[in-house]
Amino acid sequence: MATRHYSEIDGRSSGFFALLALLAIMVAGGFGGAWYMEHNGHYVTGMSNRIVWGVPHVFAVFLIVAASGALNVASIASVFGRELYKPLARLSGVLSITLLAGGLAVLVLDLGRPERLIVAMTHYNFKSIFAWNIFLYTGFFAIVAAYLWVMLERRMNAYSKPLGLLAFLWRLILTTGTGSIFGFLVARESYDSALYAPLFIIMSFAFGLAIFILVLMAACGGARRPLGDAIVARLTTLLGQFVAVVMYFVLVYHLTNLYFTGRHDFERFILVDGGVYTALFWLGQVLIGGILPLALLFHPVWSRSRRAVAAASICVIVGGLAQIYVIIIGGQAYPLAIFPGKEVASRIFDGVIATYAPTLPEVALGVSGIALALVLTAVALKVLPLLPRSLADRDVAAVPPGNA
Amino acid sequence: MPSGASGATVILLILAGLAAIAAVPHARGAPPVIRIEKPGQCVEPAALMRRDHMKLILHQRDQTMLRGIRTSKHSLKNCIDCHASPKTNSVLGKEGFCESCHAYAAVQMDCFECHSPSPRAAARVEGAAR
Amino acid sequence: MSLDRRSFLGLGAAALAGVAITPGLRLIELVQARSPEEAASALRRWGLLIDTARCTDCEVCVTACHTENGITGHGRPATDAQWIRKVTLSDKRTGHAQTLPLMCQHCEHPPCVDVCPTGASFKRADGIVLVDKHTCIGCRYCVMACPYGARSFIHETVTGQKPDVPRGKGTVESCTLCVHRIDRDGQPACVEACTTDGGKAMVFGDLNDGAGELHQRLRREPAIQLRADLALNTGVRYQGL
Repeated sequence: MATRHYSEIDGRSSGFFALLALLAIMVAGGFGGAWYMEHNGHYVTGMSNRIVWGVPHVFAVFLIVAASGALNVASIASVFGRELYKPLARLSGVLSITLLAGGLAVLVLDLGRPERLIVAMTHYNFKSIFAWNIFLYTGFFAIVAAYLWVMLERRMNAYSKPLGLLAFLWRLILTTGTGSIFGFLVARESYDSALYAPLFIIMSFAFGLAIFILVLMAACGGARRPLGDAIVARLTTLLGQFVAVVMYFVLVYHLTNLYFTGRHDFERFILVDGGVYTALFWLGQVLIGGILPLALLFHPVWSRSRRAVAAASICVIVGGLAQIYVIIIGGQAYPLAIFPGKEVASRIFDGVIATYAPTLPEVALGVSGIALALVLTAVALKVLPLLPRSLADRDVAAVPPGNA
Repeated sequence: MPSGASGATVILLILAGLAAIAAVPHARGAPPVIRIEKPGQCVEPAALMRRDHMKLILHQRDQTMLRGIRTSKHSLKNCIDCHASPKTNSVLGKEGFCESCHAYAAVQMDCFECHSPSPRAAARVEGAAR
Repeated sequence: MSLDRRSFLGLGAAALAGVAITPGLRLIELVQARSPEEAASALRRWGLLIDTARCTDCEVCVTACHTENGITGHGRPATDAQWIRKVTLSDKRTGHAQTLPLMCQHCEHPPCVDVCPTGASFKRADGIVLVDKHTCIGCRYCVMACPYGARSFIHETVTGQKPDVPRGKGTVESCTLCVHRIDRDGQPACVEACTTDGGKAMVFGDLNDGAGELHQRLRREPAIQLRADLALNTGVRYQGL
């Protein structure tokens, strides 16, 4: 009877250490940027009283959303019982934890008073969706850690289905909460929409899977473990489907806004004359994040090439960052509608599109979130048996069902 | 190098480092300067204040902030009015009432990131205890 | 049960007397100066009325607020704190122009209080919306949530704070309705300045006090809330908009 063999990667090549060193430098750069911002005060950044959430939050939200989606592969294996995904479940679980850690690190380091994290974890205003998110994130770590344990410990494998279900439901609630951080904001025309919750869920599916595909390919390539076409083809189709649904939600959101006369000015800002936001929407989100990946992933010939799949995944990630930039920063740049029908002016930029120019410390902090997630994943691959010895077609088909 | 020997080496290095730090003679921190410029008693006995002033401050701040109760006995402004040095007009500084003791005890306080360390104008002018 | 005429008249007179005295009973309680030991009372609700017709181009309210609360600018209008600002409006179709001061509206259902993860942004019993800097972690979610853009994040180290108004880097703040003055039976600095040096456009008072000027004027003259469709029941009302 064939059982699947998982093992740690070797992790002794100079390439591996070079990768760790590079990621560690990026993490250090980010932490340095955070120290600089906290020590001097946020006036050294591009953020202001009009745009309070900037590039660090774009990266943080992206990572948190992707973290939830990265668990998808494990959920499809444990909850929906698809055999083909079972060998990928361990890596999926670890990646979801490391991505969340990266995102939360950036979020916490950007706080005005990061030393008050203990206060945030002990004082909860449960009417705040943000408080719920803090609670859900810490719970997510605990649940996925337990889920990983029952997958790694053969004697506990029977519990992987119930824990997998718990993790799956928990992350649906968590991502609904993350989307609702924006959806519940009644003050701004750009937010204030129930669509944000399902939009973020489907974004999480797409971004998480794109990152998972890239990490899987890199890990298998670097550790010289065969990766068969059967798995890649399944993941390719899945990613294409997720990207299509994301585009559907974006379409519905804008079509609805275009129907309301009161929202026309805002839509014109995003779709036509918003400068950088319009460019990021059409080129970043729609073209690079949507049309290009769909072409690559559904084309009968291109979709068979590993390079094309990897390129499509990178496009989804870039498009995702652009989308979140437009949501978070574009949404704040557009002025509040306090006096409808009036032109408004004041010394502090009421009534005008706010400007925002990201500075080096902010970008360094944001990028360090990705670096932190990747370095933690690399270390995890080295110390834990996460990757099967082989993901070649004959090996994933041969194992009888029931063997995790 | 086999992994057992490399692990032991690392531990030995760490222990050596700690021993080195402990062996180097440290300058002792300057003892706190408790100079009570104003006549009269503190609102609570000194022994209680030494131990529990933070408890009183924490309780008072919630009362004042959340409920608007501004009794002067444990009010921070009242403490500062009395304990601020008349020379520097502050409870901070090398010989400040709050800071010199906190620096000696190595207990960081972040009260004065927001709160003014100086007495209210009237207290400064009169120079009398309330 | 049927009442004979005499009992009915007696009961009616007693009821009428009771109704007549009750507001007086409350008035007496409210009129008495508030001692420092007393907590803020839910019987009061502080509010402001701003008559934009009397508001001129001056900025004494802004200057007075910043002086009272120790708010100094750093020449960086995008990040400098502002608790009250003058806003000029011009109708897009007709060109009609007006100006008014805009500050925290001290809503009855404040979105900033709803969204604060630690509960640092809170509403005191008497309706004043405040930030407890001891608990604020500086996440700026309330700044995103405020429909009036009233909140500021402190972007740099603060020195020279007024003893009555603690403020520090990394926390969020907004108009406190000069709570330190109100608790000593005073008026907000902006209202005082407008009355002495400005257009006399601002009235401060207890919205629940039937005999007070604020309540009486709101009864007699039309006034609106900003963004009334959000149903936040603001404490600040505007006339002439």
